[in-house]
Amino acid sequence: MSELSHEPLLKEFPDACWDEAAGAVIVPEGRARVMAEWLLMQGVDYCSNVTGVDYLEAEVKEKITNDAGEEETVTRTEPGRIDVVYHLYSMRDQTGPLVLKQRTGRENAQAESLTPVWRSCELQEREVFDLFGVDFKGHPDQRRILMWDEYEEHPMRKDYTEPFDYEWEPTPHDEILEKHKKGKVIV
Amino acid sequence: MVAPNYELIAQDGLETSLLEVSMGPHHPSTHGVFRMDVKLDGETVVDLKPVFGYLHRNHEKLAENMSYLANMPFTDRLDYFNSMTNNWAYALAAEGLVEIEVPERAEYLRVIMAELTRLVNHVSLVGFFVNDLGALGTPLMYAFREREKILDLFEEASGARMMCNYFRFGGLRCDVPAGWLDRAREVVDQFPEFLDEYEKLLCENEIILSRTQGIGTLSRELAINAGITGPMLRASGVAYDLRKVDAYGIYDRFQFRVPYGEVGDCYDRFMVRMLEMRESVQILRQALDGIPEGEIMGKAPRVFKPKPAEVYGRVEGPKGELGFYLIADGTPKPYRYRVRPPSLINLTVLRDMCLGQKIADAVVILGSIDIVLGEVDR
Amino acid sequence: MVERSAELEMTVQNTSPGMDLDDMSSAELERAGVIVTRADFLYNWARGNSVWPLTFGLACCAIEMIAAATSRFDMSRFGSEVFRPTPRQADLMIVSGTVTKKMAPQVVRIYNQMPEPKWIIAMGACAISGGPFKHGYNVLKGIDRYLPVDVYLPGCPPRPEAVLQSLNYLQEKIKKQDIKTDPAFTKGRRQYPVPEFTGKDLEPPYNPEVWSPPENPNSEPVQPPKKTTA
Repeated sequence: MSELSHEPLLKEFPDACWDEAAGAVIVPEGRARVMAEWLLMQGVDYCSNVTGVDYLEAEVKEKITNDAGEEETVTRTEPGRIDVVYHLYSMRDQTGPLVLKQRTGRENAQAESLTPVWRSCELQEREVFDLFGVDFKGHPDQRRILMWDEYEEHPMRKDYTEPFDYEWEPTPHDEILEKHKKGKVIV
Repeated sequence: MVAPNYELIAQDGLETSLLEVSMGPHHPSTHGVFRMDVKLDGETVVDLKPVFGYLHRNHEKLAENMSYLANMPFTDRLDYFNSMTNNWAYALAAEGLVEIEVPERAEYLRVIMAELTRLVNHVSLVGFFVNDLGALGTPLMYAFREREKILDLFEEASGARMMCNYFRFGGLRCDVPAGWLDRAREVVDQFPEFLDEYEKLLCENEIILSRTQGIGTLSRELAINAGITGPMLRASGVAYDLRKVDAYGIYDRFQFRVPYGEVGDCYDRFMVRMLEMRESVQILRQALDGIPEGEIMGKAPRVFKPKPAEVYGRVEGPKGELGFYLIADGTPKPYRYRVRPPSLINLTVLRDMCLGQKIADAVVILGSIDIVLGEVDR
Repeated sequence: MVERSAELEMTVQNTSPGMDLDDMSSAELERAGVIVTRADFLYNWARGNSVWPLTFGLACCAIEMIAAATSRFDMSRFGSEVFRPTPRQADLMIVSGTVTKKMAPQVVRIYNQMPEPKWIIAMGACAISGGPFKHGYNVLKGIDRYLPVDVYLPGCPPRPEAVLQSLNYLQEKIKKQDIKTDPAFTKGRRQYPVPEFTGKDLEPPYNPEVWSPPENPNSEPVQPPKKTTA
C-alpha cells in the first residue's frame, strides 16, 4: 500500500513539526481540529486508531557540542507528558498511514476531540479519557467506558498502583525449595 | 434487568411513558457480557446506550510488564474465536520493529491457518446469528460440527483447540505433523457441501428474509467515517479488504475475490460472510497446492530487544481490521502496547442503526455486527 | 463400596435400594413389583440426574461450555437437557470466564436469584483464582471470594470432556448430600451480600464468611507480585 505523505500537511500548516524518530506529525496546541478538517477534505477519511501514551518525567542525556567545540554530555529533565496518537488512512485512495500526535501535560491533561471530524474517534477517545485522564474538548459524550462510573483513578498511567488484594499462594519452600535448587524437582 | 424507570411524555394529547430496559450483562444471546440500556416507546427503540467494561482484563497494562514473546499467549485470549489471526497481527507488528525474514513454508502455513480461522469464525457467527433470530440450537449444532473438524486440525498442529499460541516472531512454533496437509485438504474439500446445505436451508428462508432485510441499514459514508472495517464495511458497499490493500504476507500470490454488498442491512452482512467462506475455501485450495518444503522459523534474535521505534501492524481479521501499535524503547518489554479492537469500533454505529427499529430487531442488529467481548474490553 | 478406578478417585457410597431389608424379602418385593428405598437416595438421584445449568458464559470458557453442549460432546445425556436463560429456573451456575470487579456484583445478584438447590462450578483458571490475568486491577481473583464453589475445574480453557467430568463430580457430590443436615436445605435460600463499587476497589474485597485468605506460614508478609522478565 502506498504511503500517505506528510509533506502537503506541513506545507499547509507550517507550525506543525515532523518528528523523524517516531514518524509522526506533532500538532501544535489548539490546531488539531483545523488540521483534521483540512485532511478530511484531502481525502483522508478513515481514522483507524486513537491511543494515549504516558511519559513520566525523565532525565535525558544528550551529547552536544558546547561553545568550545568539544563534545559533552548534558543532562536535562524532560517534563512528563501524555501523547494522544492518531493513525489516519485514506480509504478512497487506499493510502496510509499518517500519524498525528497531540501533546499535553500530565496535570490538567486536555486535548481537542476529533470526533466531529471522524466518528471512529468517539469510543476510543472515551477510552483515553477513562484510562489516562485526558479531557477532550468538544467530545459529544465524555464518560467512563471501561471502568465503573464511581471509579476515580486513571489506571494506564505509569505511576498507578493497583489495590493490593493478593493472597499468599503456596510456592516451593523448605525441603521442596532445596530440592528445586539442586535440580532434583521441577516446580 | 433492573426495574424499569418510567418517563412520562405527552404524545398526541395522550400521556404515555417511555420504558427504560437494561438488556444484559447476562442475557440469553451468546455475545458475552455486554449491556444495552434501551429506551422504548411501546416497542420502538428511542434511545440506546451500550455499556462495556464487564470483561476489562487490562491486557494492555499486563503487557507492559512482560516481554514481547510472553505476550503472545495473551493475544489468543483477545478475540477468543480467532486466536491464530490475533497471533499473526501481533507477530506482524513485532516483526516490523526488527528485520526478520519469514521463510516461504511458514508464510504459506500462516495463510492456511488464518483462512481456517476465518472459516471457524464465520461459521460460528452464522450459527449464533440464526440462534438469535429464534432458531434455538439446531443450526448452531450443524455449525459447530464443522467447527469441531477445524479445531481438530488446530489441535494437531499446535496442541490446543482454541488458544493456539502458534505464531512466533519470524515464523511458527513448530511444523505441522505428517499427514496434516492431507487431512486439511479433506476438510476443505467437504466444506462447500456444508455451505450448500446451509445456503439451501437459510438463505431463501422466508423468516430470515423478512427479519433481516431492511433492518439496521448502514450507509456507506457513515461506515467509512465511523471507522467500520471487515465484513460490516463491505456489506455497506466499500470494497476495502486489507488482504488486497496491504497485501501482507503472501496474499498477493492468491486469486480470490472480495464480496461486497449494496444495501448494508443485516441480510447483506449475513450474505457477505457466507460468500467470504467460499472465497476462503478457494484461497485454502491454492495454498494447500502450492506449499513448499522448508524451514519454519527465520533468523530471530535470541533475546527480542528492538531499538526504540514505533510500529502499527494490522491484518484483516474475520471481524475487521485488527491492529497492534507497539512502542519499543530498547528494553525487552514494550513501552506501550495497544490493540486496535475491530469489535469496539464497529459498535460506534450501533445506536444509529437501532433507532426507530423494534426491540426484537435490536438483538438481530447486534448479532449481525459480530462482536466478541474479549476484544471490546480487552 | 462401589469403586471406580483409582486414578479418578470417585467412590459412591452404598446407596443401593433395599439396604435395610435382607436379600430375601427385598427380592420377594421386587418380584411383586415393589422397590423399597430411602428418601435421601430418591431425592439425590432425581436432583443429580437433572441438573439444569444457567447460560452464564463470561469469556473464552463459555465457548467450550457451549461446545460441551453441542452434539459432539453432548451434555444433555447427563441430564442437563436445557440451558435455562433465567436464574429462577436453573440449578447450576457454571461460572465460565474471568470475573471482573465490574461484573462481580451482578454475579452475586444472579446467584441470589437462583432457588435452592443450587450449585456452582468454577470453570477455568480465571474463575478459580484470577487465572492468567491475575495481576490486574479489574480482575476479581476467583469467584470463591464471594460465593461458595462446589467444583473447581482447572484449564485454560478446559476441554469439553473436562466439563463433562466436572458435571460427573458434581453428581457424585449431590448423591452424598443428606437432606437432614445440609445447610442449603435447612436454612432456606442462601443469599450473599452484593459488593459495592468505590473509588478504588470493590467494598468489601471479599466475603469473610465464604473465603478467608490462606494462612501465611512464612515469616515475611505477602509481597505484591514481582514484574517478570520472562
